[in-house]
Amino acid sequence: MTAPLLSLRNLTKSYGPVRANRGISLEVGERSIHAILGENGAGKSTLMKLIYGVETPDEGEMLWKGAPLRLSSPASARKRGIGMVFQHFSLFETLTVIENIALVVPGQRRALLSRIRALGEEFGLEVDPLAHVHALSVGERQRVEIIRCLMTDPKLLILDEPTSVLPPQAVEKLFDTLRRLRDGGVSILFISHKLEEIRAICDRATILRSGEVTGHVDPRDHDAHDLARMMIGRDMPEPLPVTAAPAGEKRLELIGLEDTPDDPFAVALSSVNLTLRAGEILGIAGVSGNGQAELAAFISGESRLPAARREQVQMMGQPVGHLGPAERRRLGFAFVPEDRLGRGAVPELSLTRNSLLTAHPLGLQRHGLIDRARAAAFTADCIRDFDVRTPSAEAEAGALSGGNLQKFIVGREIMLKPKLLFVAQPTWGVDIGAATDIRRKLMALRNEGMAILVISEELEELFDLCDQIQVLRKGTLSAPLNARDTKPEEIGRYMMGAEAAREALSA
Amino acid sequence: MSMRLALPHLVRRERASLAVTLLAPLVALSGATLVNLLLYVAIGKQPGAVFHAMLLEPFLSWASFSEVLLKLGPLLLIAQGLAIGFRAKVFNIGAEGQFILGAIFASAIPVWYPQATGGWIWPSMLLAGAMGGALWAAITAFWRVRLNANEILVSLMLSLVAAQVLNYLLLGPWKDPNGFNFPQSVMFQYDAMLPLLFEGTRVNVSLLIAFLLSGLAFVFMQRSFPGYRLEVGGLAPRAAAYAGFSEARAIWLSLLIGGFAAGLAGAAEVAGPLGQLQRSISTGYGYSAIIVAYLGGLHPLGIVLSALVMAALSIGGDNAMVSADLPIAAVRVFQGSLLIAYLIAMAFVRYRLEWPSASTRSRA
Repeated sequence: MTAPLLSLRNLTKSYGPVRANRGISLEVGERSIHAILGENGAGKSTLMKLIYGVETPDEGEMLWKGAPLRLSSPASARKRGIGMVFQHFSLFETLTVIENIALVVPGQRRALLSRIRALGEEFGLEVDPLAHVHALSVGERQRVEIIRCLMTDPKLLILDEPTSVLPPQAVEKLFDTLRRLRDGGVSILFISHKLEEIRAICDRATILRSGEVTGHVDPRDHDAHDLARMMIGRDMPEPLPVTAAPAGEKRLELIGLEDTPDDPFAVALSSVNLTLRAGEILGIAGVSGNGQAELAAFISGESRLPAARREQVQMMGQPVGHLGPAERRRLGFAFVPEDRLGRGAVPELSLTRNSLLTAHPLGLQRHGLIDRARAAAFTADCIRDFDVRTPSAEAEAGALSGGNLQKFIVGREIMLKPKLLFVAQPTWGVDIGAATDIRRKLMALRNEGMAILVISEELEELFDLCDQIQVLRKGTLSAPLNARDTKPEEIGRYMMGAEAAREALSA
Repeated sequence: MSMRLALPHLVRRERASLAVTLLAPLVALSGATLVNLLLYVAIGKQPGAVFHAMLLEPFLSWASFSEVLLKLGPLLLIAQGLAIGFRAKVFNIGAEGQFILGAIFASAIPVWYPQATGGWIWPSMLLAGAMGGALWAAITAFWRVRLNANEILVSLMLSLVAAQVLNYLLLGPWKDPNGFNFPQSVMFQYDAMLPLLFEGTRVNVSLLIAFLLSGLAFVFMQRSFPGYRLEVGGLAPRAAAYAGFSEARAIWLSLLIGGFAAGLAGAAEVAGPLGQLQRSISTGYGYSAIIVAYLGGLHPLGIVLSALVMAALSIGGDNAMVSADLPIAAVRVFQGSLLIAYLIAMAFVRYRLEWPSASTRSRA
């Protein structure tokens, strides 16, 4: 038998005291779609950085077709035939597809054009080479990234969470491309934490937990339950209890909200309508970049409307479009933003001082002086009740892991006992156990009568949590869909828009 | 492994190093001293004599140490005010102009009422001066908030305007009619002068006020909620926006505090050692105070120490010019190199050097 395409032997990589990868061994065969499965923080990204030459391992060795492989940079990895498509695209929006590709691939424009078209036909990667990138959908941008990788004839293609940015229909199309690539002789390392996808497309799976390999399996032989147990080390958490509650009074209302930003790369909002009542969770689905950030800022008060249009945003029955965040919070509004560091928390300040950021009205300051005892007590409660793993309340927020900081911020906002809670990406970067805890808390608060608005890219999460789902696309919200009797595919259709959906079906 | 040159690179620390924070000013001071002594050797001066005149003499006699204390007052006042703004990332570089306006506002009282007597005069002068400085800084705040005009440029240029306002007054309406045409105001009456702290020296109550306000600055920055809001605005502007802390308010507050303190220092200078309004009221206090603020780590306690160091250096520099024949620019060079050395040292608070070590590779 010939040597596998890539084998890793006992790779170890530490960052200071954190051992991100410990003794990792795995083999990627020729013409294989190989999954790397693990929770956030399991060490998947570090492993990919080692394979792509971004980092060098502390210990262990890599073999490429049986010969030792030493990589000093991504350029040397590409030279060997290893390509990578990152989760966050690196394309210039103002340039066309061909211009973006010509930046990294040498060659005559005409030759490049014909190669792009040929690759597109061969692997189902249709994209107009002359289109400007800003006009492309997310799926198309991903195709451009993949084509750019394929131009260098890789033998191994690394895809980092490729489906996290795609609507469900586009995922099928990507999988079709991946199968064709495999049949064309390219092996694929597929990083994901989505079990069903891995079962659908991968022939091997390496499972990581806390930096170590916990299993090599053929994912088709195991059900999602098994894989999850290997991934998180225990059984999947119980499903959440749902009690139907009669909807109460209106806590948030957007009435024909519209805004044309000065920034040409910001998304314009047009006729956004929604109504959220007490005892209800409303989810906003959609691929990010469709106006989520802009909409969130208008709800939080970080962006304000001119006083003449203040009626377009209403909280607790009052027009608030012209008010700032502090005034909206005074009405009983609380908000967990999608970026934790630098927005939801100040990285250089201790957790105690970060409590003050929004919890100061709870008597943490009096007559302009900070009440340090109360601030410390509040922080201690938050750390205990929301299971924040930190050496102490005096640790800098920036020193916490993303998931723990998220728990702290969610906890802080919940402890404000708001009437209206707005959470953007509640479980980004949070491990499955903590994510379930956060969702469970949100459900409990809803049952107690809180009105909760959730923006999330994860459809599964929205279906778990929400009573109603609305889809944001190109700055416009769809009509509300009842989460209990709507299928994910329907939401997907709204995410892509009707015309894109037709295109996907015909492709 | 490839044959790359083994250069060290900066790696971010997991948390700021307290030891380095405390050591940085000392390392910077000794580093700058060493470099400057070498410089003096290069220009043919006796390093030993310079060292003695510059760093020791200020502390060796009460007479010269009292002069250090005299310099300490304005530096301390201005630096405490500026540091509050700097921590909010509002860069008021125009303390010099605010100092001048403070001196002018304070001088208005004895210039217009030269015959007045009473214990109310010097306190009102200090208050008027502080108001003058704050008003001058308010111009910068207004344009920054209104048009987003860069406060560094506006405040710096307003310092030049302030110097011309001073020139106009001294060459025109406020010129002492019996002053042989020198550009200076009348000498102030006795009640317009600050009470002395120690007989036989020039140290006056403004030093006490400076220490008092340092204590107040400490409470404001470390314990008060408005101070906390400024800090958040400086560290993470988007977190401040998220929490609803007004940026406009932070800009106004920072500049008004800075202007108030600088104006107060200006008033104390004319009502103290000078006793009249002159062209040369400031020997660059407004600029030196920027160095003092950063050298003190923008911390109220650190600033007390760094102000003392800078005051001693400036007296020592004067000494060295006389006794060791040092050129006048040498003192400025010393101050500048001290700031640069400090900034370099501070980089190691959050970063550490990592040498590409052979040991990790041999294990591979």
